[in-house]
Amino acid sequence: MKTRAHWGKRATFIVGAVLAIIYVFPFFLVFVNSVKLKYDILANPLSIPLSITWDNYQQAFTKMNYFRALTNSLVITIFSVSLLIIFSSMLAYYLSRTKSKPSKYIFLILVASMIVPFQALMIPFLARFAPLVSYNNRGALIFFYIGFGTALSTFLYHGFISTIPTEIDEAASIDGASDLVAFWKIIFPMMRPITATVAIINALWIWNDFLLPRLVLDEASQTLPLSTYLFYGTYAVEYGQAMAGLALAVMPIVIFYLILQKQFISGISQGAVK
Amino acid sequence: MILLKAEKEVQVISARKTKKFLKFAGIPLVIFTIVLVVPFVNGFYYTFTDWDGFEVTKLVGFKNYADSFADPKFWVTLRFTALFVVVSLVLVNVVAFGLALIVTSKLRSRNILRTFFFVPNLIGGVVLGVIWQFIFNSAIVSLANKYDVELFKESWLQDTNKAFWALIIVTVWQSSGYMMIVYITGLVSIENDVLEASQIDGASPLRTLFLIKIPLMAQAFTIALFLTLRSGFMAYDVNVALTDGGPFRTTELISLHIFQDAFLEGDFGTGQSKAVVMFLVVALAALVQVTISKRYEVQR
Repeated sequence: MKTRAHWGKRATFIVGAVLAIIYVFPFFLVFVNSVKLKYDILANPLSIPLSITWDNYQQAFTKMNYFRALTNSLVITIFSVSLLIIFSSMLAYYLSRTKSKPSKYIFLILVASMIVPFQALMIPFLARFAPLVSYNNRGALIFFYIGFGTALSTFLYHGFISTIPTEIDEAASIDGASDLVAFWKIIFPMMRPITATVAIINALWIWNDFLLPRLVLDEASQTLPLSTYLFYGTYAVEYGQAMAGLALAVMPIVIFYLILQKQFISGISQGAVK
Repeated sequence: MILLKAEKEVQVISARKTKKFLKFAGIPLVIFTIVLVVPFVNGFYYTFTDWDGFEVTKLVGFKNYADSFADPKFWVTLRFTALFVVVSLVLVNVVAFGLALIVTSKLRSRNILRTFFFVPNLIGGVVLGVIWQFIFNSAIVSLANKYDVELFKESWLQDTNKAFWALIIVTVWQSSGYMMIVYITGLVSIENDVLEASQIDGASPLRTLFLIKIPLMAQAFTIALFLTLRSGFMAYDVNVALTDGGPFRTTELISLHIFQDAFLEGDFGTGQSKAVVMFLVVALAALVQVTISKRYEVQR
């Protein structure tokens, strides 16, 4: 009996390990080839680099305007996520604490809107917002992300707020705190776990989003996925440079993930189950 | 007199209520309405007009819809998308559930494995698609020619059927890590005493899995199936980066098809009616799926 369990465990381990290697192998391929010369890549993409060249990175760094794209991505993600947290937590608090028909209907509309694919309104959306987009690219994009992100974020906060007893609000208002002060000083700090979830889910979405930036952003405001895509489209035959560009595109988020791994996993699982 | 006072009080309260509503809910609801509700309603309206992206001169009834369904390329896309949604739905969930079983076993390395499985999910579809484009177009082809493997000598992305499987492979690889997390949450929510009881009763691990674990975590399946269904219909990034619809617009999923119609060919009317069709299909499919899945959920 014991040996059977032992073998079962060993088999699970082997399957798991093989799968894990398959899952990260494409990234390994990118990194290995990013330091090779074009000729070596064509000869054998699997080989370990015999001589290492950093020239690919230098070329990719300037050609895809890496620093600019990274800054754009950071600015857009940070602003959108922070504003989403502020607005949707307040909205959710209001909707959850106000037991009235309108607030129930507003919540239902928000939930129902999550099924609408962006593609279903993309065309009139662009026609309508062209002037705003040409006025301020990045600002417009942040504005759109708040609009599209409100439903899910509010939904997540709403579920959490209903677990906070209303006695806490009452105590605060008896102590003379205005409703805004009560919310920011007392309720909001209590929602830290769900704020982390909202932040991670929205940050992953906005950081990686491609379609909306592709439709909206001009060259100077390109985000990292956009500039990677365009760079690869132009330099795909320069394999080494293309791989270095991909490595540069992948690195920031992977580093971030390895540092905040626990928060990522627990954040995603909380968000997914709701 | 008393009545007047009461009326005034009601007014004060309702004014205070309105103020609180504006303070807490005003900004997000206005932005939500401008960004989402208005274009959505607009979009419906436009499909019944001769809208060309700039102005509407007259109503045309169902002409745009008739034109959409008269377009043979749209039918190619619909078939391709349906097939993609079904196959990716099944494979993503089977693989994800398998991964979840591995990382919830008693292995010491389970946390490291989980970290690895989740990595593709962090990175956007375009970047992943481009990585796999290199793999399918260059890496595999060069190895196949070196070691003489017929199946891979020509890039998979040049052939409609093989490109379909390439899309599936990348999608499964990308999404299974996320769905794995959903299934892990389901698996760990099962109470230990239930599992112990089944062990004492002498149930084999396989029986426990199918007769106890899966029914008790049916909610996780509802969620994961819903998410994969939705993302299958909405898939765009991987499609663009991997095949961009080629060869000859035979591998266009519906998102890309709408994009090409509207922004490449300038057919705003038909593009938008295809988008409305897409919305209706997604909504209907999701509704049916959730209703069916809910029936299997066990009340605890």
